[in-house]
Amino acid sequence: MIINCLLAGVGGQGTVLASKLIAQTALQQGLQVRTSETIGMSQRGGCVASHVRLGDKVYSPLIPLAGADLVIGFEPAEALRYLPYLKPDGVMIVSTTAIKPVSDSLAKTDYRGEDMLEALRAHVQRLVVLDGNAIITACGSPKVLNTALLGAAAEAGVLGFGPAALEETLRAMLPAKYLTMNLNALHVGALAYREGEH
Amino acid sequence: MSDKKQVRKLLLGNEAFARGAYEAGVTVASAYPGTPSTEIPEALAQYKGELYCEWAPNEKVAMEVAIGASMSGARALATMKHVGLNVAADPLFTAAYIGVNGGLVLVVADDPGMYSSQNEQDTRMMARAAHVPVLEPADSQEAKDYVIKAYEISEEYDTPVIVRSTTRLSHSQGLVNIGERITPPAKTYEKNIAKNVMVPANAQKRHPFVVAREERLTADASAMADLNRIELRDRSIGIITSGIPYQYVREACPDASVLKLGLVNPLPRRLIEEFAAEVDELYVFEELEPLMEEQVRAWGIACKGKELFPLVGEYSANLLRKVLYNETVEARTVPEIPGRPPVLCPGCPHRSVFSVMKKLKLHAAGDIGCYTLGASPPLGVIETTVCMGASIGTLHGMEKAHGKDYIKNWVAVIGDSTFLHSGINSLMNMVYNGGTGTVVIMDNSITAMTGHQHNPATGKTLQGDPAPTVSLKKLCEAVGVRHVTEMYAFDLKDLEALLKQEVARDEVSVIITQSPCALLKENPPIRNQYKVDAEICRACGLCLKPGCPALTKDANGKTKINDTLCNGCGLCFRTCPFGAIKMVDSVIDQI
Repeated sequence: MIINCLLAGVGGQGTVLASKLIAQTALQQGLQVRTSETIGMSQRGGCVASHVRLGDKVYSPLIPLAGADLVIGFEPAEALRYLPYLKPDGVMIVSTTAIKPVSDSLAKTDYRGEDMLEALRAHVQRLVVLDGNAIITACGSPKVLNTALLGAAAEAGVLGFGPAALEETLRAMLPAKYLTMNLNALHVGALAYREGEH
Repeated sequence: MSDKKQVRKLLLGNEAFARGAYEAGVTVASAYPGTPSTEIPEALAQYKGELYCEWAPNEKVAMEVAIGASMSGARALATMKHVGLNVAADPLFTAAYIGVNGGLVLVVADDPGMYSSQNEQDTRMMARAAHVPVLEPADSQEAKDYVIKAYEISEEYDTPVIVRSTTRLSHSQGLVNIGERITPPAKTYEKNIAKNVMVPANAQKRHPFVVAREERLTADASAMADLNRIELRDRSIGIITSGIPYQYVREACPDASVLKLGLVNPLPRRLIEEFAAEVDELYVFEELEPLMEEQVRAWGIACKGKELFPLVGEYSANLLRKVLYNETVEARTVPEIPGRPPVLCPGCPHRSVFSVMKKLKLHAAGDIGCYTLGASPPLGVIETTVCMGASIGTLHGMEKAHGKDYIKNWVAVIGDSTFLHSGINSLMNMVYNGGTGTVVIMDNSITAMTGHQHNPATGKTLQGDPAPTVSLKKLCEAVGVRHVTEMYAFDLKDLEALLKQEVARDEVSVIITQSPCALLKENPPIRNQYKVDAEICRACGLCLKPGCPALTKDANGKTKINDTLCNGCGLCFRTCPFGAIKMVDSVIDQI
């Protein structure tokens, strides 16, 4: 069996690190792992997609269209952009906190995350909307939103492991000074999943 | 049998290439950064003490360093992206004649789909022109294994060998069995002028050797079972493929028969003929150029290839299923989504310089680096971009076509690393041939676009040692530029006056704008926070014009600063004519 998880966000949001944490956790669980990232110019504020594929016979590093069991949207527009990758019965977790493209603040157009979320609600049956701002407040920093979203993803039960396994990975991989904040974020995320809009 | 447990690690393709070089006993590696190849030398740097690796100022130098190391008997590596191979082509084509002493391998990363490149050229074509063998791995494990194999072939056949990667391989992770570092057979330098001095009389004798070498490798290739293998399954469809496209084939057509090639130049003719005879319908599935397909057709073997699969862009499993089985995926269509083009970062010193150029309505001949983004809205200052180092030459060409007055509202824009890569040659040319252009070197103290690599002007080497620092100012003066001015990149008023003065001058001049990359983690600039006083802000939008991602408008059209994104450069503070943006007495936490 193959589990496909796609993480979609904006450069700087920590999608690549999040995908590494998933991959490492899966390895610890004895699963085979493949990941692939589009990182070209993303450091300059472009979109980033990380493909994580877990299972015995994974060939392509990329998830095929309509092949993702789980899409984690770090940002509403990015979640929508990668919707074609979601399986018809796949789960999508999305953070409500919108990041405006710079081109938008210059043009007269007004990008609203809520419009994207509306489109997602219309198209995705198994949608979980998480209040990104509340998560950031509870975590005390926007920099661990990625870990919180991982906590939510693990809680969703699609990945084949839960938050406890991710916690082990965080403890093994992160330097001590970042650990407390990330462990807290993991639990904030898991809680947000249980209380989020399903 | 070893009682040690096999260590397996999840490695990026690029990390696996580096591991392969390490295990193969490489002792010298040289490279110039270029996405998607940059992580290879960065991963090699960890083996400090066991091997030497360096950033060279360009790919030609990197190649020559590797050639010299090989001549002296060491196993040597050069890495680069596909367009970097053009820069290194001159030494490569002749190194193909000279051959090797210690094994000589290049890892070259192509970029199908052009995620971060100016063209989509195919390294296999370059290798074919140079008569150099090419290995193409399909996952991280093979990335490591094929580098080791490349050194064996290099020494066995007396030839440089290219290991070709693509973005998808370089930037995907897979499990790799970690092995031990070997000590290759000891080799010493041997004086051999007939082999190592490529003057016509010697080269005329080496060229037939190159032809014979390729024939021998072609004859041997069909028996190289560790590189080329036939996987017979359902025989109605047979697919010849290599590299990452092999993975798409296995994903999309798990039952199809496959000839998986690891050696893609020269091609194993006998094996291909054998495979073609086994299957009903033969396809060639290769990204970019029809290199394998044309060869297969030339041997009189019927196949299908580029009439079905595109010459451009990255392939996928979906593409293959669509072409072979006419299968369209029922993927949900998406409503219109705002685009998210890459932009200069908040706090980027380039934005400041471009904002002055835009105000002066200057045109800029551009170059390769973050500052190429100065072509994007709202800046739109960069009007040409060709290749590394091209800005100064193209501006000079415009002047020579139309006279010096034609370029009085033009500048050439180039970064510190790109200037040292190849811009310096064009500056010499401009001075030598009586040009009058104005060159702006945007010095942000790092090779930024590829992710902060050191260069000869940054004072540090790839393996972390302190290094002498090239003075860009003295370098420009040394080639004969009489007017070289260094200026802080955020000094808007003085920069404006200086630009006006220098473009008007009937002589070559260089302006070096200085301020470190806003993302620099080593010695970051100390920066203050800013806030908008909404009482004073007149909602004129002037501060928004340079396009800083940290600035937005509130409901009343007044400017708002996003504290999370702001890097505290103060450009908006300096731009506001009404003093509505105030410096806050707190320093931004850079961590």
